[in-house]
Amino acid sequence: MNLTLYVWRQKGPHAPGKLARYEARGISPEMSFLEMLDVVNESLIREGEEPISFDHDCREGICGTCSQVINGVPHGPQERTTVCQLHMRSFRDGDTIYIEPWRARAFPVIRDLIVDRSAFERIIQAGGYISVHTGGVPDGNALLIPKENADTAMDAAECIGCGACVAACPNGSAMLFTAAKVSHLAALPQGRVEAKRRVCLMTEEMLRQGFGSCSNHYECQAACPKGIRVSFIAKLNREFIKALPRGTNTAPPSPSHGTEAKE
Amino acid sequence: MILDGKCPAGPLSEKWARQRHELKLINPANKRKYTIIVVGTGLAGASAAATLGELGYRVEAFCYQDSPRRGHSIAAQGGINAAKNYPNDGDSIFRLFYDTIKGGDFRAREANVYRLALLSNNIIDQAVAQGVPFARDYAGYLENRSFGGAQVSRTFFARGQTGQQLLLGAYAALSRQVKAGTVRLHPRTEMLDLVLVDGEAKGITVRNLVTGRIDSHAADAVCLCTGGYANVFYLSTNAMGSNVTAAWRACKKGAFFANPCFTQIHPTCIPVSGDHQSKLTLMSESLRNDGRVWVPLKKRDARRPHDIPETERDYYLERKYPSFGNLAPRDIASRSAKEVCDEGRGIGTSGYGVYLDFSDAIRRLGEDVIRQRYGNLFEMYEQITGEDAYRQPMRIYPAPHYTMGGLWVDYNLESTIPGLFVLGEANFSDHGANRLGASALMQGLADGYFIIPSTIAHYLARTSPGAAGPDHPEFRKSREDTEALAQKLLTIQGRKTVNEFHRDLGRIMWDHVGMARSRESLSTALQLIPELRNEFWENVKVPGQGKDLNQELEKAGRVADFLEFGELMARDALHRNESCGGHFRAEYQMPDGEAQRDDENFCYVAAWEFRGLDKDPVLHKEPLTFENVELAVRSYK
Repeated sequence: MNLTLYVWRQKGPHAPGKLARYEARGISPEMSFLEMLDVVNESLIREGEEPISFDHDCREGICGTCSQVINGVPHGPQERTTVCQLHMRSFRDGDTIYIEPWRARAFPVIRDLIVDRSAFERIIQAGGYISVHTGGVPDGNALLIPKENADTAMDAAECIGCGACVAACPNGSAMLFTAAKVSHLAALPQGRVEAKRRVCLMTEEMLRQGFGSCSNHYECQAACPKGIRVSFIAKLNREFIKALPRGTNTAPPSPSHGTEAKE
Repeated sequence: MILDGKCPAGPLSEKWARQRHELKLINPANKRKYTIIVVGTGLAGASAAATLGELGYRVEAFCYQDSPRRGHSIAAQGGINAAKNYPNDGDSIFRLFYDTIKGGDFRAREANVYRLALLSNNIIDQAVAQGVPFARDYAGYLENRSFGGAQVSRTFFARGQTGQQLLLGAYAALSRQVKAGTVRLHPRTEMLDLVLVDGEAKGITVRNLVTGRIDSHAADAVCLCTGGYANVFYLSTNAMGSNVTAAWRACKKGAFFANPCFTQIHPTCIPVSGDHQSKLTLMSESLRNDGRVWVPLKKRDARRPHDIPETERDYYLERKYPSFGNLAPRDIASRSAKEVCDEGRGIGTSGYGVYLDFSDAIRRLGEDVIRQRYGNLFEMYEQITGEDAYRQPMRIYPAPHYTMGGLWVDYNLESTIPGLFVLGEANFSDHGANRLGASALMQGLADGYFIIPSTIAHYLARTSPGAAGPDHPEFRKSREDTEALAQKLLTIQGRKTVNEFHRDLGRIMWDHVGMARSRESLSTALQLIPELRNEFWENVKVPGQGKDLNQELEKAGRVADFLEFGELMARDALHRNESCGGHFRAEYQMPDGEAQRDDENFCYVAAWEFRGLDKDPVLHKEPLTFENVELAVRSYK
């Protein structure tokens, strides 16, 4: 296969970026999308040009590192598939493909297709955990957990933290990411103890990091490679309302009006 | 030198309790005066950093990924073993210990393995308390399933993503400590050197992968939790970034490397589809419960599988191992696949693949049953290959998957360099010559949550905190050396890319130091590797700058280390004149093809001391003594 690529090239966070045109020749349909980029990079290096920088690691769809918008869709055309698991047989000989980084205010571009997702770290650090020390915990079967709760928790916990939800959202919202963690822990008895405090701290941090609000486009669900459902956003909202009027020492901000409170 | 693992005396079951009693402690007010560096944030690193932070130490945690949540532990599918005996099927700590020792072909330390089995139960409790959503039954109890190498059901799991969920649990605990201010995170930062002051590990030199800046960090002790080295084969199931650099550079500073030739080749992976291939994907070996493995009888038979009649197929595992058949152990299944492909009977365009055929099972049980059992795996297979395994047989081939060897550590997880501790896959300690399924997660977390917090204090209590800062001459020298190495790589400007060298090295390692090794193949490797290394240092092309984000430079440093490390691997494999576990020497096999172990001469850990590339490494031995189990032939007949 021969393809024409338009790839976002940007030297650094403050440098201007542009789409550069490359020809990808002799691509086989068995290649993964990233292997196709490897081929392009190898030829760029041989020609003395700088290769395209992109994030990737496990190449089996679980680490959440890869992050490319392909023809306007985060992770590309295949449903429930990360870029690294996308294969070239999804394209046709002669196709033109546009490749861009995640685009969101909270995810500044570092270089080319690499963005800074550390805002996600700070949302988790704000309270995305159960405050347990190592040691001194009861037996694993001491607290029984109904199977449906364990299954719901697992459905939410499958999130790989790639950020496609944010990239897909017209508002650059991190509601699906935050909702997945809040819902995972809220479904378990161990997580109920801190549930009110957690939802307030995490949503507050989400807004502080510059993510937008949810206005029910559901693009996040469509882009999510793990099929995390928007019903978890409803769950997040429910948890948030339950935390009112007093979840933390500070007055909790409303996630639906948060952006207005920012400068 | 005869190495001493420093295992405590006394009965096996009391050793760990006795050791903890004898280890020195540090009082809570003093803990915050000590800084500990943790490199790597997979299961071992994240759990260690979180727990040490909780105890009040100042922890500096480093990972090359953009987030600590992305360590390659995340890709582990199957599960984690524990001796809970919830199913009441006769499991016990001793049985888990015995299975692990036997699975490792009697090349691991008894005391370490027993401690691992003992702590396995605490890990499950800890993970549940963190909110890890393990599978539960309808009454709300934890579910178990069975796994290879055991006759009991002791494996806990979270769908097919147990590694992910356990890592996210450890990551959550780590994030909590970041918030509490006890742990400082350094993502996108790669360790490139270990700094010794007066012979003890007192810091590391790192490269910031975004800015290219080279910095040093001083500490009172260093923990390496940097995973395995299966990427020395170029193609493996490891992540693209997994590397041996941290461990190898520690080895070059004096830490002994133990049993590097013990590598595990997993039999059921998706085969290579072409030269462009960048990694291999594992398919759970549970597929062998219902799939039948075969190749054509005829060499280079280009017919489609359906067109090959039953009489012209060779179900070679069933033929050679009638009692175990398609469920023959990992090493035997892998080796047999290689044999038939080497004979020219492999399938697929490359000729390196065998069929895993479900048509009999589908005829017998119906497609629905097969879909229920393996639906997600068939989906994953189709995603990668574009083939429907309900209609045509899967194509599989073995792939490097895990490395049992690693830096030598004593019972306290301390390497031969005082103050340097090694955890998880990066050390050599618990799996002997072969690791059983669902044991890697267990070991990483036992090391990080429960062992290092006790043992590191014993070292720290003998030191005064903050003895050496990053201005110390040793740190300055380390930074200069590291800068010089990067500069050297950038100035060669040859004609071959880093990937091409890595691919060439992988070919050498796979062909000569892979599944079956011989004196001849290993001698060839020992000739080819230095040649390739020399070519690398004359002809590699690394574009871009050092003081910049430069992914080719990152790769070049890692491949340079693999080119040195690969030689040690071959040397270790050549010296071990026996076959055991993942190490199979063609000269040492029983008439029926089983591995021929030599307990009289090789019942020891081989720990190698690096003395410069121009000198041979020195072999040190730690004899293995078995007081609680009898050394037996590992028979699966």
